[in-house]
Amino acid sequence: MAKACARGGSVWHWLVLGFLAWGGPAAAEERIEARAARVSYNRDIRPILAEKCFKCHGPDARERKAKLRLDAAEFAYQPAASGEKAIVPGKLEESALVERITSADSNDRMPPAQTGKTLSPAEVDRLRRWISQGAKYEAHWAFIPPARPEVPLTRNRGWARNAIDAFVLAQLEAEALAPAPEADRTTLVRRLSLDLIGLPPTVAEVDAFLADTQPGAYERVVERLLASPRYGERWGRLWLDAARYADSDGYEKDKPRQVSLYREWVIKALNRDLPYDQFILDQVAGDMLPGAGQDERVATGFLRNSMINEEGGIDPEQFRMEAMFDRMDCVGKAVLGLTIQCTQCHDHKYDPLKQEEYYRMFACLNNAHEATIAAYSPFEEERRRAVLRGVKAIESELKAKHPDWPAKLAEWEKRVTRAQPRWEILRPEVEQESSGGEKYQAMADGSLLAGGYAPTKHTLVLHGETKLERVTAVRLELLTDPNLPRGGPGRSIKGTAALTEIRIAAEPLAGKGSRQGVKIVRATADVNPAEAPLDRIHDDRSNRKRTTGPVAFAIDGKDETAWGIDIDPGRRNQPRQAVFELERPVEFKGGVRLTIELVQNHGGWNSDDNQNINLGRFRLAATDRAGVAADPVSHEARGALAKPAGKRTAAEQAAIFTAFRESVAEWKDASARIDALWRTYPEGTNQFVLEERETRRPTSILARGDFLKPVRVVEPGVPAFLNPGGESRSDRLAFARWLVDRKAPTTARSIVNRVWQAYFGVGIVATSEDLGLQCEPPSHPELLDWLAVELMDRGYSLKAIQRLIVSSAVYRQSSRATRESIERDPYNRLLGRGARFRMDAELVRDAALASSGLLDQRIGGPSAYPAAPGFLFQPPASYGPKVWNEAVGPDRYRRALYTFRYRSVPYPMLQAFDAPNGDFACVRRARSNTPLQALATLNEPISLECARALALRVLSEARDDHARVTLAYRLCVARPPSDPEARLIVDLLERETRRYAAGALDPKALVGPMLAGFDTLGVKPGRAAAWTVAARVILNLDETISRE
Amino acid sequence: MNCQDRWNRGRDPRLLGRRWFLSQCGVGLGAIALGDLLREQGYAAGLDPLAPRAPHFAPRARRVLFLFMAGAPSHLELFDNKPQLARFDGTPPPPELIKGYRAAFIRPNARLLGPKFKFARHGQGGAELSELLPHLATVVDDIALVKGMTTDAFNHAPAQILMSTGSQIFGRPSLGSWTCYGLGSESRDLPAFVVFSTGKKGPSGGNSNWGSGFLPTVYQGVQFRSGGDPVLYLSNPPGVDAAVQRDSIDAVTALNRMRFEQVNDPEIATRINSFEMAYRMQASAPEVMDLGQEPAHILDLYGAKPGQSSFANTCLLARRLLERGVRFVQIFHESWDQHGNLVHDLRQNCRDTDQACAALVKDLKQRGMLEDTLVVWGGEFGRTPMVEGGGNDGRDHHPSAFTMWLAGGGVKPGIIHGESDDLGFQVVKDKVHVHDLHATILHLLGFDHTRLTYRFQGRDFRLTDVFGNVVHDLIA
Repeated sequence: MAKACARGGSVWHWLVLGFLAWGGPAAAEERIEARAARVSYNRDIRPILAEKCFKCHGPDARERKAKLRLDAAEFAYQPAASGEKAIVPGKLEESALVERITSADSNDRMPPAQTGKTLSPAEVDRLRRWISQGAKYEAHWAFIPPARPEVPLTRNRGWARNAIDAFVLAQLEAEALAPAPEADRTTLVRRLSLDLIGLPPTVAEVDAFLADTQPGAYERVVERLLASPRYGERWGRLWLDAARYADSDGYEKDKPRQVSLYREWVIKALNRDLPYDQFILDQVAGDMLPGAGQDERVATGFLRNSMINEEGGIDPEQFRMEAMFDRMDCVGKAVLGLTIQCTQCHDHKYDPLKQEEYYRMFACLNNAHEATIAAYSPFEEERRRAVLRGVKAIESELKAKHPDWPAKLAEWEKRVTRAQPRWEILRPEVEQESSGGEKYQAMADGSLLAGGYAPTKHTLVLHGETKLERVTAVRLELLTDPNLPRGGPGRSIKGTAALTEIRIAAEPLAGKGSRQGVKIVRATADVNPAEAPLDRIHDDRSNRKRTTGPVAFAIDGKDETAWGIDIDPGRRNQPRQAVFELERPVEFKGGVRLTIELVQNHGGWNSDDNQNINLGRFRLAATDRAGVAADPVSHEARGALAKPAGKRTAAEQAAIFTAFRESVAEWKDASARIDALWRTYPEGTNQFVLEERETRRPTSILARGDFLKPVRVVEPGVPAFLNPGGESRSDRLAFARWLVDRKAPTTARSIVNRVWQAYFGVGIVATSEDLGLQCEPPSHPELLDWLAVELMDRGYSLKAIQRLIVSSAVYRQSSRATRESIERDPYNRLLGRGARFRMDAELVRDAALASSGLLDQRIGGPSAYPAAPGFLFQPPASYGPKVWNEAVGPDRYRRALYTFRYRSVPYPMLQAFDAPNGDFACVRRARSNTPLQALATLNEPISLECARALALRVLSEARDDHARVTLAYRLCVARPPSDPEARLIVDLLERETRRYAAGALDPKALVGPMLAGFDTLGVKPGRAAAWTVAARVILNLDETISRE
Repeated sequence: MNCQDRWNRGRDPRLLGRRWFLSQCGVGLGAIALGDLLREQGYAAGLDPLAPRAPHFAPRARRVLFLFMAGAPSHLELFDNKPQLARFDGTPPPPELIKGYRAAFIRPNARLLGPKFKFARHGQGGAELSELLPHLATVVDDIALVKGMTTDAFNHAPAQILMSTGSQIFGRPSLGSWTCYGLGSESRDLPAFVVFSTGKKGPSGGNSNWGSGFLPTVYQGVQFRSGGDPVLYLSNPPGVDAAVQRDSIDAVTALNRMRFEQVNDPEIATRINSFEMAYRMQASAPEVMDLGQEPAHILDLYGAKPGQSSFANTCLLARRLLERGVRFVQIFHESWDQHGNLVHDLRQNCRDTDQACAALVKDLKQRGMLEDTLVVWGGEFGRTPMVEGGGNDGRDHHPSAFTMWLAGGGVKPGIIHGESDDLGFQVVKDKVHVHDLHATILHLLGFDHTRLTYRFQGRDFRLTDVFGNVVHDLIA
């Protein structure tokens, strides 16, 4: 048994011992009754007042009657308009409220008859007892940090297995209900397997459990399942709902995005039971943690799962703000368990959250770049390091072989730093209609940062003015930026750019003169890759040979060739520059107005996909010097050279050496060896992450949440009513720490409530997205607090909580409902029986794949494209044409968690079963029951393939029809069929065999590609078809898709 | 995403039928023959969230057909004749008009572009319509032109989502979902809310245009296709005919019934029901989609040709669905985003749609259905009076003024409501915001839009959020 479990066991034993030490049965009975008699404001009173009184006597001043407020002590104890005090603590006779709620005169009695509301005698009694016990008000329970409640005593001493049971049983006993008997062992092992790993148990697993009669058999199953790597897949999917995970951007373009490494991070984090506080910390601010590595950066993909609008003509800042609102909503629902969305426009109407506080939290998150990094698998990481080591080794070798290198380098340095040409930065104006819908943000350094829609072909026209009266050349710098894919400098998914052509025209800045095109005679660049065909993603379906290559391609007048920068995966994401020399200097008195056309036609055919290869961040400059060329010294080395030699870091010195090394003609061979090494640098996989900005982006309160209506700037901070503490420093990391602070009142409650919800179909608080004042009252408030404290005390181990819950007697109850239990508690909120509900969408699919033996076992990796109707991904069903390369190999049968999720075209089978599409955070799924579900499980191709495979499987694994039916049942629902059930299936088999034998129907059509398999077993097509029909029936049973 | 109502005690009583079912039928659940149980009217009304329900007050409309002209048609070429715009063609707009104006693609001070088509007066009301709409002109006395529409968003996806759900934020229930939530379904074998996409591509807002948001998912729109399987997975797999399917469903039902008697979970009864409805849908959906059943004069009226995928065919299918009790049909025709090719594309779009739209009005009227069927025609915003592109042949997105039309379902026929300024830039009379349109549609359906609410995340949500005024002038 795992350590945490052993620890848990001891806590429990300690509690039991505590009971025993407490006195005899009579004393216990007294305590039970005293507990029942004690009135709690939050549990017993507030719901009554809120429902029956607050409308006229609550916080809303406009609705208030008789100047009476009953929602807080400081008002309720004061005299009302009549001069009487509604509530005098401890004094029933002096409390006017008591008189008014019990008055025989219907004109006097509260609530007034016209409200249609009345107080039941029990409610009156509770209010009276509350007043006589001192009328103590309490803050909303969820805003007080949970404290470990006393485990209640129960009359029935034999039932409870752990503290959870005591809380549930105490309440059942208070309602004079008894718990249900324990479910049979087959049901239990199936329930555990579905709940913990999301897959039905295998026949062998069921048999092993049934055969294990030693004590601890149940616990052994629990431990096996908790240790299974499938656990992370099952529970990861639930977190991915909250993290609004999807594989596409949403909105109109709904382009695919690469974020599957985040999904993998979640699966692995849960599998290794990463403590929940660290789990949140990594996802909100992993990049800012000391020593943050790739894993911590990938985790911040959590906040980046927001939708991105790159529809033509959008203002990128508007939709960055939309994404920020979404992040706030997500943190609210997923972590805090609070609805905070409304405070983006105004103070919260129910919870004490002010609009200003919302924007202070917002400010904590508002200082990040929306970065896309290349992340590497362990194998790739090894390769990456090998390349870096190799380069260093060759350079060290050169240094060793040429001990005079420092002197040579110094000479070189003198040469390259001498008399640099002066460039005047142009701050050009964009000719808007030339942008094709792309938007450009003017940066402080004079560069433009492209954002929003990325047309795959467009010619950007820029007008730049210079006071220079003579222009000899124009320089184009491509600059990196954290907001570009892999840092840019381009906008392709690799961060590359291609310049098809550049054209320049000039006119006088002052006076008359028309614009004249200027011929470019020479182009130089600091990178001139060999001519290479475009990546497939940039195919424009023109069947032309389109290439990138040296900078000369940008002035060759050809639409097929472009200047490219992609020399290799390790060195493509660097600042680059090109200089374009004019045939004749442009000379105008008073200055020159330059019109520069940047032709970017190397993108692909589909502008609704990631096919662009546009410039990302770029800057233009002009000079009046003759004979200029692109700086051969890299951007990085140039920066280092600008520093005094003594102040250069090792990395800067290395960059200088590299630049120097590349300039040495005699070292050509070594440089070629280095280039060859770089070409083996791994590609990596893109992942959206957050990256903290160096300069803080100011955040303002926005009137009605409109980003164009800032009211006033606010500082980062956290709301006082939720754990006023917090660090003095306020940034994303501090915010993350505040979220998971031990004193954070809702964080632990919120997650244990959702864990509970996954087991029982409904949370202890049914509204699991909102624990605020308007939430449903918790069914077992003390149990919720106990579990929350337990989570924190057990080092935030979610597995420990899972273990506790599944070990409880509450969990182990039979879900069969009796007449009495249904009548007394139709919704089972008191948990007097086990929960029975239809499985989540992914489980419906995965269970069918597992039962039929088709399930692919691999964990992690990119998203898969199982069978789906192709037309869904093409116009007019979809806005743009989408990629859906239907998998034919094992990818077809991956767990549903890996199905590629387009937000605008949800995978139909999963959508039918209420899987959310990731538009926003979802912490509670619907559980509908519709004809479309029936059509999906009956007729959808993968469902059919499962039926065929299940038929083949039972025919090959069992010898006679009865054994086959039994096996099919056991594979799907773990239990064998009853006699009537088995008979019914056998009858069906016979009937369908006859039907197919009659020849009106083609059995081969139903059996499909499995025909050969049946043939090998000697099963005729008609029989195979009948078996497929039977398997399909069993896969479609309510029980098969239910967790009982 | 949404709450499972049956878990929420004290919530909307319309969805709490399960409790009724249990309290009334709890005695010996297993003893009662399930068939009888399911046949009981009370069962269907209580347990089925799609059972027909009465609205707040007597409705004028019982069903809705929303012709969503996605991409945003130019009001200036179709409905809103602006001689002044022609006069100032090629000049910059008045600076005070474009102060603070945000455009998607153009500079706000791009030159004005005169209307590209001629207008003429039609019908007894003398409404002006473009020469592109000769068919609509024949029913202009049956429709109400709303020329004072405005919206908040000027990008497609947010504006479509606003028109469809009353909010620019994704995840709110759509108009069709609210309608079905309020009224339930009249059909036992077809979905309550059916959606088609007939344009060059799907709508920018995607599936969220017909999503159920936080309402139970049974209220979300079901996509139909005019060709192939009308509903996904409607056809039996190869090698399975109706008899095998019937045998299979009978077996599933019999086995489910055995389980129901063991565990007493009413969800199993609902599951049995779902399979039965699926089976019925397999028969009824292809039947309703078979335009070959329509007489030639009706096909001609719409310009429909059986076997084709076209807007005209879809309109006729919509009528057939409405006839069979479908509550809400929405056709997305995404092809009106004329940044360029304004003249050519508008001509083509009107050729594709004008006749069928007019035919719908005529056909519904001749069947007596127009009286209680509300038809809505329009896009997510209008187009700029300013030009886009160098070819004098395009207009950008424009949220400040546009035109929609309504017909039937209690709408005053033959009227023109609202007015934009001389350039068609801003509404100057009887402004109708999208929220007002929604309030009016709900009103026609018999709902006080402030009272059709759903509790989610601790507050009561409604289609119109905190906005919306019923436009009584539009109501007959």
